[in-house]
Order: sequence, then structure tokens, then C-alpha cells
Amino acid sequence: MQFPSGYGLHPQNYIAPSGHYAQGPGKMTSLPLDSQHGDYYSGLYTVPTQNVVTPNTAGQQPGAQQMYGRVLPAPHMAGSALGSFPGATSSASHVHTSASVNHHNSPAVGAANSSVASQGFPSTCGHYAMSTVSNAAYPRVSYSSPPAGDPYGQQMFTSQNAPPVRPIRDNSFSGQNTAISHPSPLPPPPPQQYHQEQSLSGYSTLSWSASGLPSTQDNLLRNHTGSLATANNNPTSPVADSLSSSVMQNVQPPVSSPVVSTVLSGASSARTPAAACHPAEPAASVTQPSELFQQKGMQYGDYVNNQASSAPTPLSSTSDDEEEEEEDEEAGVDSSSTTSSASPGPNSYDALEGGSYPDMLSSSASSPAPDPAPESDPTSAPAPAAAQPSKVAKPFGYGYPALQPGYQNAAAPPGAGPPSASPVYSGFQQYAQYPGLNQLSSGLGGLSLQSAPQPESLRPVNLTQDRNVLPVTPVWAPVPNLNLDLRKLNCSPDSFRCTLTSIPQTQALLNKAKLPLGLLLHPFRDLTQLPVITSNTIVRCRSCRTYINPFVSFIDQRRWKCNLCYRVNDVPEEFMYNPLTRSYGEPHKRPEVQNSTVEFIASSDYMLRPPQPAVYLFVLDVSHNAVEAGYLTILCQSLLENLDKLPGDSRTRIGFLTFDSTIHFYDLQEGLSQPQMLIVSEIDDVFLPTPDSLLVNLHESKELIKDLLNALPTMFTNTRETHSALGPALQAAFKLMSPTGGRVSVFQTQLPSLGAGLLQSREDPNQRSSTKVVQHLGPATDFYKKLALDCSGQQTAVDLFLLSSQYSDLASLACMSKYSAGCIYYYPSFHCTHNPSQAEKLQKDLRRYLTRKIGFEAVMRIRCTKGLSMHTFHGNFFVRSTDLLSLANINPDAGFAVQLSIEESLTDTSLVCFQTALLYTSSKGERRIRVHTLCLPVVSSLADVYAGVDVQAAICLLANMAVDRSVSSSLSDARDALVNAVVDSLSAYGSTISNLQHSALIAPSSLKLFPLYVLALLKQKAFRTGTSTRLDDRVYAMCQIKCQPLVHLMKMIHPNLYRIDRLTDEGAIHVNDRVVPQPPLQKLSAEKLTREGAFLMDCGSVFYIWIGKSCDNNFIEDVLGCPNFASIPQKMTHLPELDTLSSERARSFITWLRDNRPLSPVLHVVKDESPAKTEFFQHLIEDRTEAAFSYYEFLLHIQQHICK
Amino acid sequence: MAFTFAAFCYMLALLLTAALIFFAIWHLVLPEYLIHAFFCVMFLCAAEWLTLGLNMPLLAYHIWRYMSRPVMSGPGLYDPTTIMNADILAYCQKEGWCKLAFYLLAFFYYLYGMIYVLVSS
Repeated sequence: MQFPSGYGLHPQNYIAPSGHYAQGPGKMTSLPLDSQHGDYYSGLYTVPTQNVVTPNTAGQQPGAQQMYGRVLPAPHMAGSALGSFPGATSSASHVHTSASVNHHNSPAVGAANSSVASQGFPSTCGHYAMSTVSNAAYPRVSYSSPPAGDPYGQQMFTSQNAPPVRPIRDNSFSGQNTAISHPSPLPPPPPQQYHQEQSLSGYSTLSWSASGLPSTQDNLLRNHTGSLATANNNPTSPVADSLSSSVMQNVQPPVSSPVVSTVLSGASSARTPAAACHPAEPAASVTQPSELFQQKGMQYGDYVNNQASSAPTPLSSTSDDEEEEEEDEEAGVDSSSTTSSASPGPNSYDALEGGSYPDMLSSSASSPAPDPAPESDPTSAPAPAAAQPSKVAKPFGYGYPALQPGYQNAAAPPGAGPPSASPVYSGFQQYAQYPGLNQLSSGLGGLSLQSAPQPESLRPVNLTQDRNVLPVTPVWAPVPNLNLDLRKLNCSPDSFRCTLTSIPQTQALLNKAKLPLGLLLHPFRDLTQLPVITSNTIVRCRSCRTYINPFVSFIDQRRWKCNLCYRVNDVPEEFMYNPLTRSYGEPHKRPEVQNSTVEFIASSDYMLRPPQPAVYLFVLDVSHNAVEAGYLTILCQSLLENLDKLPGDSRTRIGFLTFDSTIHFYDLQEGLSQPQMLIVSEIDDVFLPTPDSLLVNLHESKELIKDLLNALPTMFTNTRETHSALGPALQAAFKLMSPTGGRVSVFQTQLPSLGAGLLQSREDPNQRSSTKVVQHLGPATDFYKKLALDCSGQQTAVDLFLLSSQYSDLASLACMSKYSAGCIYYYPSFHCTHNPSQAEKLQKDLRRYLTRKIGFEAVMRIRCTKGLSMHTFHGNFFVRSTDLLSLANINPDAGFAVQLSIEESLTDTSLVCFQTALLYTSSKGERRIRVHTLCLPVVSSLADVYAGVDVQAAICLLANMAVDRSVSSSLSDARDALVNAVVDSLSAYGSTISNLQHSALIAPSSLKLFPLYVLALLKQKAFRTGTSTRLDDRVYAMCQIKCQPLVHLMKMIHPNLYRIDRLTDEGAIHVNDRVVPQPPLQKLSAEKLTREGAFLMDCGSVFYIWIGKSCDNNFIEDVLGCPNFASIPQKMTHLPELDTLSSERARSFITWLRDNRPLSPVLHVVKDESPAKTEFFQHLIEDRTEAAFSYYEFLLHIQQHICK
Repeated sequence: MAFTFAAFCYMLALLLTAALIFFAIWHLVLPEYLIHAFFCVMFLCAAEWLTLGLNMPLLAYHIWRYMSRPVMSGPGLYDPTTIMNADILAYCQKEGWCKLAFYLLAFFYYLYGMIYVLVSS
């Protein structure tokens, strides 16, 4: 095997032995995979079967386990024939047509020469269960169909999704329900059906051979009727029918009675479901085949899909010279493109099926070299820039979507400017987040600290005398002191930051500097531009498995030297050809070597099982407490709105499960007229009543799902049940999800009080403001942790939404998300009417949560140059081996931190590199690898180390370490450690500059914010003492520190304060034709507040607008829409849209701030006299509180420690 | 020369320490702790105060170590979520080596002790 998958071999999660993978990525890659596939299923097979058995036995023992179904109150007229054609779906399916063409054609091919067109076809027959036998039975011949020498054969597996076809079929199915009274109570529900369905797609061969086995009879039966309905009902079917021979098979099944169909043997019956899909293809597909057949073999099925999910940008359509591409991105633009959209590189190289890069892309991607602009990403694609706006206008929540045009304008000029100043902030953040600041900073002449790297960052600052350490512009990441070429290539500081941008040569030097060394990662963040590379061989170092990156050196044309382990590797033949320039022999011009952030479409070597579909399960608390809080209304509403935007393809599945003291399952199997509720009251030994119909295809059962969502909020209104059996519900969820993996979203409103995992209240309200010991920061039970580890093993992530009004022991509950790579949301004292701001926050969070990109079954590995080693990791994941993080799900809002140590001296190298590789399955069922590479210089002098400190990164890493410390040791230990971090580093610095007076507190300019930030941390909810803090609030703050990416975390630690009653256009920037004023940052101190002013505080997840008592009435009237101060309402969460200049300025500024982050923050207008002002004032961290130092006192405190 | 209870204890300890040497390498925590506690009790019964005194620190360490283990419902010492952190891993490895050395020395001490008891009685 040329490239054994670096990630692959963790067989414990998969039934299939990894040995299959030893067989190499050659032409026949598909072969081992499929056989492995069989194993996989055989493993799965058994599980559901058991589940089926259980209820039966239960039924025989009345009393022991009660299980009964009851019909939901929701009145659902399931019938209404084709009424179940929602517009969205049908349009989506139209979009899909292009992609589905492949599948459409493939049956024809398959029929002709028996070489099964493996790709798209199978996915359409998802219903077909295959048994263990199939492994032996499948026709090997079929595998010869990929052209033997075809280098692209492997790609097929990247594409396996045949998503497009589904929606239509769903509809036809639902139509069929009325036409033919479907026998819904099938005697033994075919347990494996769904497992098949989800993961089978793309692996046709199995289903081909497997069909006709007795166990699949029910499915057959169902599908036949389904196809019958399709043929009858679907208006577009005639077109498709005439297309291919396979359609004939489509016609066949209806003719045969169900009885016959069960007897039907393998191939023919198996084909029918695929055929059933064909009618769904509108006429558009007719034009396709001719083109498609020009392609060699069948691989077209693949890259079409690749694009579909990877490059939804309109740009690639204009650029391509490949015939399918138009259709492809049509598919990409379809309704569910949200998921893939974060990687929609305008310069997406993915268009190529291995060879031909589109012309225009070549120009854009090759530009970085001559282009003087800082980072390759922003400027490397001038051509894409033109097309940007259209993409920007996408409704989905990207990190910084709206800013593109602005930044494009801004980026170019400074890029051309003097090298020392402008490239300093290489990367997106600066441009994207503070678009105007390029202009601004050039105007200010490098006021900020990093502008002139060496002298400025080392300038000694006397902290006790310099009252205004906080710059007026936001603090940016310092830029490594590298030469210009490397700087341009380096990874964006938004994705990848190191606490020391100059790595000390030895551990001794690091110890002398007394600074934390570590990495801050935001690997999966929404990117506006990302090169996506589809290539046959992903070039990696043979010994350390590093991906080729911009910082490798080419020894000659044929060899490259790994920059992490220094091994000399061969350049593979394919890599010699540069598809951008269409030239041979320029490996250093390849996109992999020109971009430090790239995404590869992985081949089947990187799969241990077929890529899973997107599976979402919602576990909802419906006890009295929950109903009282009323979150169900908001959730169901959000889900209904975003059902079509859930990331996924046609295989997407969804399920619901509610619980109070019992667990309620919802049978949403298509064909039912109403959702059926199945109640399991046996919570000590939870079982799944009908394992196959609880997680249903989103598109097929859409109507039922909508019915359920409409009914849910009112279903439990009169419940008297106060208990909550969260543990058993989670166990049930785990059982439900384990065959596939996916995402479980848990909504919980109180302490779990029944069954496994029940918790007791551990908080003593009298201790909330204790200055001594804060207890119970760790979990009370390991039930949730164990469950999370089980889930993680089955690629299931658990996301927790805790909406409680009283103590719910988040410290224990959070474990379910922490170790399964989930995320945690907490809404203290949530109530949908009494606390509208929390309700609004939930709504906004849900919108983001449901529609954001998601990656499944992910693993992340971080590599670094030999000599450095990683130890502790921070974030939500499970560490599977010393450098491999297992992430059941990855979301764009997850951040990670890693602590580093220097094991060997780095004297023989001048550069070190870090590489993060995130291997995940996109929601479209593609396996992808996102690679970030960061390069940093090595220095040997202490002064250089101090010059390169990234104080924000250091603070975030320290915060992570402090969280660990407070859980493992105690909060006061953690606080001491934080203070010591400042004391140590400043005293270490002080000892290096002996010529200066020792009485003053001197810090290098790069560290001047360090004490301020540490003080902010000490006053943060997570670490503060003396101020009343609820235990859950504290634990939540700790969870956030652990899993937020740096940008968001910094706002949480040190909010930004702006004065907004006198906004001017001075220094304003233009974003999307709007003028966004840029007020200067204010110190977080009450001395900056004046009664005449109005101030905006940006705390990341919440905005406060503080209105001074004698604030100008004009402002109040123009912006708030109230006549005077007294008439401002107490709870105001929106600024009215007034047609005045100041209102427009204020709103555009706030909107701009909002657009910069994924979670739309809630706005609170705080009057000077209102009780809510304490919320606001507690963020003024430079001021003294009764329990904590002011900033100046803190400095004196540090000074004392240093002098000691 | 008579085969006393003390000699029996030493002989038993000798055998069990051989097992402990392997357990220390393999990190079989619970058996190791139990066996060690077991022959500590035996020495107590045999009134071998010096030997018991030599073993007391390790016994105390074991007890402390088990008391301060992470929260978990089943028996065990290592938390799968943190054990892969390099510092904890390094600590556990160092602990294993130290114990290995201790058990090796103890092995020869017990051998000597057994012979001494046999000869002296």
C-alpha cells in the first residue's frame, strides 16, 4: 500500500479489520473496500435484530415492560395525493437532476455489460438491505468496470452520495400512500433496512447481489409499490422512462404482485428501487447522457458529486471547461448546500477530476507567488473576487460573509505596500473581521503594536505609568518574523495561532521566558475561500505522514524534503503535472504547495466504512418543567423553518425522542398517516420499540416530521410529570444512533431525577459568593462520561442544550458533550415569555446550530516538527492516542488548544512547522481532509522570544490550563497559577533588562496587555470569587473557555467597549454599500463612561448598550425611538429602524459587529438606573469591585510579588 | 531451623513480588494493590515490623492514589479521557518504573529475609 491511511487504523470502532486497507489505493481500491463493507454490515446486522426481539418478549410479559403505541393528536391528512410535493423539495430535485444523471445512466451501463456502474446507482437503492452473505456473493466482475489504468478510479468513493434522486422519490412515495393503501404494519420490521439505507449508498455492488434475500422481502415489497406509485404519479417520469433500459425494470415491479416480488431473485429485484428513482429525473437529464458517455468509464459519477458538495460557488461554473461542471454546481447550489458551503472555494480546484484545472483558476491560484499581497487567500484569487458578492449574499451563516467586497477592496492596496507593515496581519481575520482597518491602520501609521515587529514589540512599557495600554483599535495577531515569501504562505491566524510566534530553541530558553507554549486551533471554521483538491494520490511524507505543504523544500524535480521529519520523499508522477498551468514538471506550483490551508477530497483509503449520512436525533425533555419553560415551541418552529436547510444529502435522516419519566419514541415511517408515539416506560433496561422506523429519511417522511413538529409543542401541555429520565433517554439515543453515528441534540431543563445517571443537587446557594473553596466543579458521576465515550466510539456526538431555571449540575451533564465532541449551550432561567431575551438567543442559536456546516466521523491529528512534542489537549473530543483526537462531529464553532513542549533542542533548524489535519465526512457523504500548516521561526535569544509573544493566544491557553487546574485541583490554585503566570513572565523579562530601573513594572510592548487580560480572566465568571456566581454559570463559562475558538473567547474574556452616541464617518469603512463607523475602543472602566453618553459593550455572545442618565435626548430619540431617558423601556432588545443618520450609523455598526460572528448576539439596552446595570458593570474589569482588584491595584500586587 | 510463619510470609511475599513486578509493568492496578496489601497484612500478623515499615509508604501511596482517582463508577484508576495527555501518561510511566525498581529490591530483600528467618529460628 502506497499510502496507508494515516488515520485509518482504529479498528475498534469498526467491525471491519483494517487489514483490508492494506491493499492499496491502486486501481482496484474499490474491491477491498466493498468486502470490508460487507463485514461492516454483518456487524451491524445483529444489533437491530436484538432490538426487535426485545419488544416482542416484552409484550408477552405484561407489566414488566409496557409498550404501546398511541396515535398522535395531530390531525394529519396524509393522503392528499401529490400534495406532499412541497415546493422546496421539488425545486431542489430539479437542481439535482444533473447529478442524478449519472445514476440514471449507470444502470444502463450496468445492464449492458454487467459491469455495475458502481457509483450513483446503489445509493438510490438504499432500501435494499444486504445480508452478510453478500460479501461472498457479490459479483467481482463488476469491479473491473473502472478502467484499469484509470487513475481516477478511486474517486468514486468520494462521491458515493447520490443525493439528488431522493427527494423526488420521497414525494412519489408519499403519493403512493394514498394510491395504494400501503400495508404499514409489516409483520417483522426489517431491521437492517435503515442501516443499509444510510451507509449503503454508493456501494452498489452489495445491494445488487444482496437483494432477494429473504430478510429484504419487506423492503422489496415496499419499494415495488413505491416504484409503482412513482411511475404512476410522477409527471416527469415518462421522460426518464424513455431514457434507459433500466426503466424497463422500473415498470416491471408494479406488474408483479407483492407476492411475486418477494420471490424475485437478486438482480432484477434489486434494480428496481434504483429504477424507481429514475422517473424522478426531469427532462434536463436527457441532454446529459451523450456528454457523459464521452467520459471514460464511469468515474463521472464521482466528480460530479464531488463538486456538488464542495464547490457550490457560482464561480466555478463560469470557469470550467469540463462539460459537467455546470450541472455539478447546480447540484451544489441546491437547497442543502449549506453544509458544503463553508468550503466553497472560488478557486476550488476540485473541479478537476484529477487532471484539468479550470483555466481561470490557474491564473488565480498561481498568483500568490508574484502577488505581493500578504496572504495567498485573500488576494490569490483576483478573479474570484469579482464573483464574490453573489456568494456573499448567501443566506447562510458564515463567519464573515458580508465583508467580502469590502475587504477585497481594502486588501489590495496595503498588500502592495511596504512589506514590513502590511503583511503583518496576514490572514482573514484582519481583512474579514476588520475590513476597514487596513485603511485605518495605514492611516494611523502603524499605531498598533505589531506593525513594526522588532523594535515596537520589544519597546519596554512601564505599566504602572502607562495608563492607556489598550490600543484604540482591536488587537491583532502578531505575525511571525519570517521572510516575506513564507509570511505570504503562512496559515491564517484565525485558524491557527501559536502563543509564541518565535519558538525558543530549547526547553531551557522556554523555561527562562516563563511563557506558555501552545497552539490555538480553529480548524473547521467557515472559510470564504478554500482550495479543494481532488487528486488521486494525496502526497504525504512516507515516514511521518505529513501532508505536502508550502514549507517543504524541493531538492530537485523529483524529490521533496519533509519539513517535519526531514525525510526525503519522491514526488509522485501525478504531482509533477500542474493542472493549474497545465504544465509538467512544476511540482512547486501545485495548489497544495501554494496554500497553507487546503482541503483534499480523500480516497477510499481514508475510510474505514462507507461515509455515513447525516443523521440527526433530537432528544427532548417534555416534563412539566420543560413544558412550563416553553422551549418546545421555539425549537419546533426553528426546526420547521430550517428543515430544508439541515446539512445533508438525500440520505439525511432524522428522528425524535422525548422523555419525562418515560421515553417516547416517534414512528415516522413513511406510509403512516400520522406520526405514532411509542412509549417505553421500562427505563432501567431501555429498548427500541421499532428500531428501523424511528430514524427516518428526512425527505421521505417530511410531511410526518412536519406534523410531529407542529404537534409537539401542544402535546404535553397538561403533563403532570415532573421527573426526568435523561440517562435512559440518552441510552436509547445511543442505541438508536450507534449503527450510523451522527448528531444527538439533547434539550434538558432540570436535574435528571430517574434511572441511570440521576443527579442530586450539589450546589449550596450560600456558597455562591464564597472566596474560599468552590466545590463540585467536576462531575458527580461518570455515567455521562462513559456514555459519551461509547457515543464517540460509534461516531455519535451529543450536543447539550440546557435550559434550566435552577441548578442542573452542568458539571456532570456537560461530560456527555465534552468527550463526544459535542457542544454545550446553556440558557439560565430560560422562559419563553418571561425571559424574552433568552428565548431570542435560543432562537438565533438554533438557527445557526441547525444550518451550520457539520462534519461527521472526524479525526484530527496535529503534527509538529521533530523536537517539539504535544502534551495536553483542550477542547471537546476524545484523545485516542497521544496525538489523535477523535471527533464524532466537528462544527465550525469548535476551537481547540494544545500545549507544547520542546523535547529536543531545535538548534539545527531555523523554522518549525505545525500541521493540523482534520479528516471528516461532509454532510454530503464525502470524505475530506482539511489541512492547515503553520510555519514559525526558531530563535535563540530571550529578547526575540518576548518580541514574538502572541498575548491573546497566550491568555486563551492559560485560561484553558486554568480550567483544568480548577477542576483537578481547586479554583484558588488556578487563580494563583494565573497570577503567577504574569508575575513569572514579567519578572523574567525584568531580569533580562538590567539597565532599567527595577522599581517600575516593565513589560515588553508585546506583553503589555498581559496583566490586563489576566485580571480580566480573574474577574471572569469561570474564575471569579467573592462575587455571587451560580455554579452552573461558572461551569458553563469553563466549558466555553475550553471549546470556544480564540476570537470568540477573547471577546468573552475582555469585551470591547465603544462609545456610540457620537458616531462619525471618520475612518468608517464601507461594507456592502453601508457605511460602518469605527469608533475607538474604550478602556473597560467606569471612568470612561459619562452620563452624557451611550456605550456599546460587545461581549461576544451579548451586546449591552448602556444609556447614561443625562444622555443627549437627540440620541435617545433618533436611535432608540423614545422621547427621553425616562421613557426608555426596561427590557429593550432591539434598536428600532429609524430613518435618521445616527440611527443608521448605530445600526450598521451593530449589524457589522454581529455579522462577524456565527452566534448572533442578543442586544440589551441598559439604562443607567435599571437593576440590569450590574450585568453591565461587572464587565468593567479595570474597576475595583468589593471582591477584586482594580487594574492599578493588580499591577501593584504583581509588582510586590516580583520584588519579593 | 524451622519453618515459621514468618518464613512462610517471606516465601509468599517472594512469590507474589515476582508477580507484582509484572503487574507494575502492565499497570494491572487493582491486583497489584490487593496483593501488596495482602502481604502487608501477612507481615503484620507475622510481626515483621521492619519489613512492614519498609512497605508502609508504598501501601499509603496506594491508598492515597486510589482515593484520589477520577470519578468513576467501576473499579479502576486510569481515566480514558485524560490518560493520553502526555504529562499524565509520563507520570504513570514514571510511577511504573519506580515501582518496578522497588519490587525488584524488595524481591531480594524478601529472599534474604526468608533465609535469615529460616536460619535464625
